Amino acid sequence: MSKRIGMEIALAAAEAVALCRPDVIAAYPITPNTHIPEHLSDIVAEGRLDAEFICVESEHSAMSACAGASGTGARAFTATSSQGLLYMDEVLGIVSSMRLPVVMAIGNRAISGPINIWNDHSDIMTMRDLGWLSLFAANGQEAVDMMIQSFKIAEDAAVQLPINVNLDGFQLTHMVEALFLPDQKEVDRFLPRRKPYAALHPDHPVTMGALGMPDIFTEATKARDQALVDSRKVILKVWKEWEKQFGRRYEPIEAYKTKGADVVMMTMGSMGETAEIAVDELRKDGVPVGLLKLKLWRPFPFEEMKKAVRGVKTLIVTDRCCSLGGPGGPLAAEVRSALYAEAARPVIENALIGLGGRDVTVDDFKQMFRQAGKSKGIYEFYGVRG
Amino acid sequence: MSTAKPISIVENFEIYAPKLVDKEEFFCSGHRACQGCGEALAIRLMCKALGKDTVIANATGCMEVIATPYPATAWTLPWIHVAFPCAAAVGAGVEAGLKVLRRKGVNPDRYIKTVTIGGDGGTVDIGLQALSGAMERGHDMLYVCFDNEAYMNTGIQRSSATPFGASTTTAPAGKASIGNKTWKKNVPEIMVAHNIPYVATASPSYPIDFMNKVKKARSIQGPTYIHCLSVCPTGWRAKSEECIKLGRLALETGVFPLYEVENGVYRLTVEMPDPLRPVTDYIKTQGRFRHLTPDEIRDIQGRVDLEYRKLMNKVEHSLSWTE
Amino acid sequence: MAQKKWPETWQEVTPGCMIFEGGNSREYHTGSWRAQRPVWDNAKCIKCGICYIFCPEACVKEDARGYFAADLDYCKGCGICAHECWPGAITMIEEG
Repeated sequence: MSKRIGMEIALAAAEAVALCRPDVIAAYPITPNTHIPEHLSDIVAEGRLDAEFICVESEHSAMSACAGASGTGARAFTATSSQGLLYMDEVLGIVSSMRLPVVMAIGNRAISGPINIWNDHSDIMTMRDLGWLSLFAANGQEAVDMMIQSFKIAEDAAVQLPINVNLDGFQLTHMVEALFLPDQKEVDRFLPRRKPYAALHPDHPVTMGALGMPDIFTEATKARDQALVDSRKVILKVWKEWEKQFGRRYEPIEAYKTKGADVVMMTMGSMGETAEIAVDELRKDGVPVGLLKLKLWRPFPFEEMKKAVRGVKTLIVTDRCCSLGGPGGPLAAEVRSALYAEAARPVIENALIGLGGRDVTVDDFKQMFRQAGKSKGIYEFYGVRG
Repeated sequence: MSTAKPISIVENFEIYAPKLVDKEEFFCSGHRACQGCGEALAIRLMCKALGKDTVIANATGCMEVIATPYPATAWTLPWIHVAFPCAAAVGAGVEAGLKVLRRKGVNPDRYIKTVTIGGDGGTVDIGLQALSGAMERGHDMLYVCFDNEAYMNTGIQRSSATPFGASTTTAPAGKASIGNKTWKKNVPEIMVAHNIPYVATASPSYPIDFMNKVKKARSIQGPTYIHCLSVCPTGWRAKSEECIKLGRLALETGVFPLYEVENGVYRLTVEMPDPLRPVTDYIKTQGRFRHLTPDEIRDIQGRVDLEYRKLMNKVEHSLSWTE
Repeated sequence: MAQKKWPETWQEVTPGCMIFEGGNSREYHTGSWRAQRPVWDNAKCIKCGICYIFCPEACVKEDARGYFAADLDYCKGCGICAHECWPGAITMIEEG
C-alpha cells in the first residue's frame, strides 16, 4: 500500500528510484540535485537496495559509467544539474544513439554565468536535441511518480531510449511535501526487470557504438527520430497503466480551467503550482483565464498542443530560459512551430521569467494575465529592471 | 620437406612459442588499419591472451574506427565504444554492471573480465581523469593503453606521450623548432602512484612477454594497467615491415624498457643488453626524428640514460621497500 | 570481393547501430590494398610461427603440415612476416 508521508522531494525521488531496483548508480555531486544520489547511497549503505554505487570523478564519467552499465543490461541511474549536465553533454547524445535506457533526474539549475546555483531551465534546454525523452514534474508527487514511470517507459521494447525527469532545483528538490510513496510490491508489479534488446556478455557478443559513415548516418538519424516520435504511444500507455494502478492521471499537457478561457498561461515545472492559484483567484473575480502545464517535453506533444489551445485568444508561454540571440524561450519557439499551420491559432506571447532562481509569485502570474495582448516583441524578460 | 637445419623444440622453446598460442582470433581480418599497424597487432595478441570471457570497452581512436564501420565489426568479443575521454568510466560501468547482474542471478554465475583499451590520446591526455578515477576506485578492470605516441587517428598531432624531438603535425620541426619540445609523460609511473596491484609496460615486438602480462593482469581481481608501445609506421614515418624491429630497438636502446610492477615491486621482464645500444639506432629509422642534430640526439641520449637509471634503481631496490 | 550486407533503408538499421555478427569484417577484403605479397619458401621454413604471430591482419594461417601462408584476401603486404622470418623463408614480391 502507498504511504502518505511528508518528505523532502529529492529524498522522496531517491526513494522512488530505489523502489525501481536500479543495478548501477553513478553520480557526481552538484547542487541542487545532490540530495538524490546522497540519499540513494544511504539506501545502498543501509542494505535496503542491492546496487553498485559508483562515486565517479566527474559527470562525464557518471554518464559514461551509466552507458557501460546499461550496455551490460543493468538498470542504470544518475542525477545531475546545470554545469554537470553540460559536462556530460558529449555522452548524452551517444547514449540515446546507442539506445541505452539510462534514467536521469535533473535538479534544474541555471547555467553559468554569472555562476548561479538556483533554478531555471537553461540546463535541460541544452540537451533538447540529443534524443532523450524528457518529463517535467510540477510537484513532489509528480517527481516521485515520474521517476518510477520513467524506467518503464525507457526500457519498453519499443522505446529503448534514455529519459530524464526534471525537478526544479530548490523549488522542488529541497521542498518538503506531503506525498504518496508506493510500496515495493506495487512498484514490482508495475515495473518488471529490464529485458535489454542486447547486452554485453560473451555468451551473445555484440558490437555497441560502431562508426556511422556518411552513407548510413542519415538512415541512423531517421531511425532515432522515429524512435522518439513512436515513444509517445508508449508514454501514454504507461501513464494509463499508472492511472489504473495508482489512481493519478498523467497527460502530456495538463489543462487547468481552460474551458471558456480567453487567456491561457503555459508553464513547465513547479511554476504550474503557483500559476494555478493565480488562475483560481482571477476566476473568482470573473476573469476567464486558464493554465496549461506541459509535462512531456520530448517527444514534444504536437497533437495535444493543437487541441489544448482551441478557442484560446491569447496564449502566454512562460520560459525559464532564454535562447540568447534567438526567438526568446525554447518552449515558446516549440509552441509557435507546433501551431504555425493552425488556421485559428491564438496570439502567442512569451515571458522569460524565474531566471536563475528569481521567485515567481501568484501576483506575478496575475499581472501577466492582466497584461495579456500587450506584449511588444515576440518575447519579453518579465520583471527585468531598467 | 624442410631442408632447414633441424632445431630442437625443447632446447629452443622460445623460438617455437608462437606455435603454442591460441589460434582463435577475436580481432578479425578485414579491419582497416594501415599496413604494418603495431596497434592492430597488439590488440590481436591481447585478445588471444584474454580469451572469450571478456568484455572490451574502447576509447575513440584508430582502433575503434578501423574495426567497426557499421555494419561491420572485426570484434568477436562483446565490445562497447562511447566516446574519446571516457573509456575507463565506460569500463567501470561495464564492470559494475557485470558484477551486479551476476550477483543477482541475472547473468550466469561465471567470471567475466572487463578490459578497457585506448590510445595514448584517449589515455594519457583527454582520458587521464577517467582513468585515474577508475583505477583509484579499484574496479576489477584491466586497462591497456596502446601508445603510438601521437594522435594518429586525426593525423599525427602531438600528445603528451609524444617523445621529445619528434615532428608531428601540431609540433612540427622547422627552422625555429625542434618539433615536440617536451619529454614523454610517464603514465605507467602515474599508475604505480595509484597503488594498484599490477602495472606493466609491453610491446607486441615481444609477443609472449606481452601476452603473459595480459594473462597475469587478467588473473588479478582489481585494477591493473598495461602500457603497450604500439609502433605506428604511418605516423612515425617508418617502413611498415620494420614495425616489430622498431619495438625491439626501443627496448635495446633503453627508450622503452619492458618491466612490471607487482604490488609496488619493479622487475624487468625482458633482458636488457649491456651496454644499451645508442638511441641513434632507434631514431635514425624514423622520419619523425630525421631533422635532429647530433647535439639534440645527445640530449635525448642523456635523458634516456637518466630515466633508465631511475628505473633500474627501482628494480634493484623496490623489493626492499616492501620488507 | 564478398557481397556487402548493407542496410539500405532506415528501417533496416539495427537499433543503436548494434552489430551482432562478430567478425563480419571478414566480408571486407583488404587484400586489394597490397602492392607486394609474401611468398613462403617451405624449404627454408622451420615452422616456428613467427610470421603467424606478428601478422597485424591475422591472415597468416598454418596448414596441416605446419607450414604457413598468407590469406591474400586480407594480406595488405606490410612485409612484417618477411622481415621477421629469421631463416629467410619469406620473400616479398611485387604484385603484377
